[in-house]
Amino acid sequence: MEEITAHLTNLLKEIAGYIYPNEIELHWGLLVVIYPYLTGLVAGAFILASLVKVFNVKEVAPTYRIALLTALAFLIVAPLPLLAHLGHPEKSFEIFLTPNTTSAMAMFGFVYAWYLMAVLLLEIWFDYRQELIIWARESTGIKKWFYKVLSLFSSDTSEKAVKFDHAASRVITIIGIPSAFLLHGYVGFIFGSIKANPWWSSVLMPIVFLFSAIVSGISLVLLLYMIITPMRQKPLDMLCVDKIASYMFYAMIVDFSLEALDFIHRIYESEESIKILAQMVSGKLFTSLVVIQLLIGMIIPLVSITLVKLFKKTPDELRKLIYFVSAIMVQVGIFSTRWNVVIGGQLFSKSFSGLTVYKIQSFLGLEGLLVSLLILLFPFVILYLLVNILPPWKRPEAV
Amino acid sequence: MMNQTNDHSTDRRKILKGLLLTIASALLPAVGFGEEKTEQAKAWILGDDYNPYEHYWGMGIDINKCIGCGRCAAACKLENPVPKEPFFFRTWVERYRVYEDEDTVIDSPNGAVDGFKPQNEPDKKLTRTFFVPKICNQCDNPPCVQVCPVGATFKTPDGVILVDPEYCIGCRYCIQACPYGARFLHPVTRTAEKCTFCYHRITHDKLPACVEVCPTQARIFGELRKKASPLVRFMRMNKINVLKPSLNTEPKVFYANYDMEVK
Repeated sequence: MEEITAHLTNLLKEIAGYIYPNEIELHWGLLVVIYPYLTGLVAGAFILASLVKVFNVKEVAPTYRIALLTALAFLIVAPLPLLAHLGHPEKSFEIFLTPNTTSAMAMFGFVYAWYLMAVLLLEIWFDYRQELIIWARESTGIKKWFYKVLSLFSSDTSEKAVKFDHAASRVITIIGIPSAFLLHGYVGFIFGSIKANPWWSSVLMPIVFLFSAIVSGISLVLLLYMIITPMRQKPLDMLCVDKIASYMFYAMIVDFSLEALDFIHRIYESEESIKILAQMVSGKLFTSLVVIQLLIGMIIPLVSITLVKLFKKTPDELRKLIYFVSAIMVQVGIFSTRWNVVIGGQLFSKSFSGLTVYKIQSFLGLEGLLVSLLILLFPFVILYLLVNILPPWKRPEAV
Repeated sequence: MMNQTNDHSTDRRKILKGLLLTIASALLPAVGFGEEKTEQAKAWILGDDYNPYEHYWGMGIDINKCIGCGRCAAACKLENPVPKEPFFFRTWVERYRVYEDEDTVIDSPNGAVDGFKPQNEPDKKLTRTFFVPKICNQCDNPPCVQVCPVGATFKTPDGVILVDPEYCIGCRYCIQACPYGARFLHPVTRTAEKCTFCYHRITHDKLPACVEVCPTQARIFGELRKKASPLVRFMRMNKINVLKPSLNTEPKVFYANYDMEVK
């Protein structure tokens, strides 16, 4: 027992003020920070893809399939951090078998299954069906059968069938947009509906989550496009890059406004918790909230992209650099946003009289740093495989 | 030619149908099991002649009577499987010291299991000081039960909130949802833990351990819906309050002589 609680003994010295005695152990750690970060990327990447299909934004078409595959790769990994943080991962299936209907968390399985199967897999299947058939025809041996299975043994590549594919994937995208909103808005609701926690409990939480998700997803696809294209020794489509950066910029403005509204509202209402929250924001959360989330993740990229927009003659190379660096800063900022919500919400005592600390327990172990890093890398491995199985850029000559 | 096109559209329809069925089957288990848990709980109830539907339990705490000896917190750890380490408590006692400069110092060293040591700050003047025993409020509108994804924590017919460790998956959402810090994760079983009002005792006509050992009767345990109950008398004789009433959790632990500084 002493080994299990040794890390808590060390924390005792770092508590400021009074916290309830059960609050020394911080329950949702790094893994739970990663979960909303990953689902946010899924939702955001999908929204970018839907710009092509539903809103006919032709400029971003080169990223359509990368965005879909990115969403799939990250969605597959999204439940892993949750699973790893459970006290009893082996009982996790109970969430599917005997869900408690009043629990926001119990809906996870259904929202996830819906999004994975009814939206993402279907859309990708319809979009790739024609090519899967062609690849099956062109390949031999195991590969032939592999693509045959993937195409679900369909064989019709007639014009009418392809037309149906397009129509179907458009309909699925239309269903997909509210589904993507649901997926990440729901994650926001898990936090926003906890009335015991004033840092979380806010009706704005699902919407703030959603817009930060859109920002993060768009920025990730921008990064991937800017990395993968030169690797394929193809020129970057600057129209596309400019357009994606613009969408990221607009989403950031909405996100920033919502977060500012939340902040002003809290200060103006000045409820019971305001003193302890102010103490937290100006102390333990200052670096991750003000410096990383706000300055690095929001203000600097916003100003940089504004400048690019103002000076229309910025050379391509400089523009690329600014977009690339901004997108990386946005990623760091959004990760920090998730950190500030999840960890920040547990740093102050529900007695509103004291602050505790969070320390990542160890490097190894299920809740250690290594597992978290692996989980963050895993989607990229899956994406690599997906891109090899389903090359996003090979369009059949017939079309 | 015409026929061929028709065949293909039938194929497509078949595929679509198959896909839809696959998706639908994944959503099947949504049909509820919540009632079943309550039934199981009933079967689990200990005393043969104990009918949970005939009782409704609550607790009264008189802050003026508490002397901060911490016997309640110590007894709880002896009676129940609560780890001895100072991070896990089903009940604890807080000490409040309110100074003239409106500064309030709260502490609860080891949950008061070993009582309190006197603390003198000669340069500061105390205006008032008191002890507040804390325990799960056994809320009538429990946020912990609401959020549990698998229904492992539930309200018994006699109003006590329990956790089924066999069922708990250790997600800790209930711990986040409790406004009173009354829950913890058992470090060995890795499941949620909390006060049960000593359910194994009260179903056998005994008092909860913390109530039993209190030397000043600061804790009163009893029926909420029976006139002859000591708790009902306590609530008639005192001005009472509950913790964080604005959260609408409807606690069943009632405090007399409650101070505005109590958190």
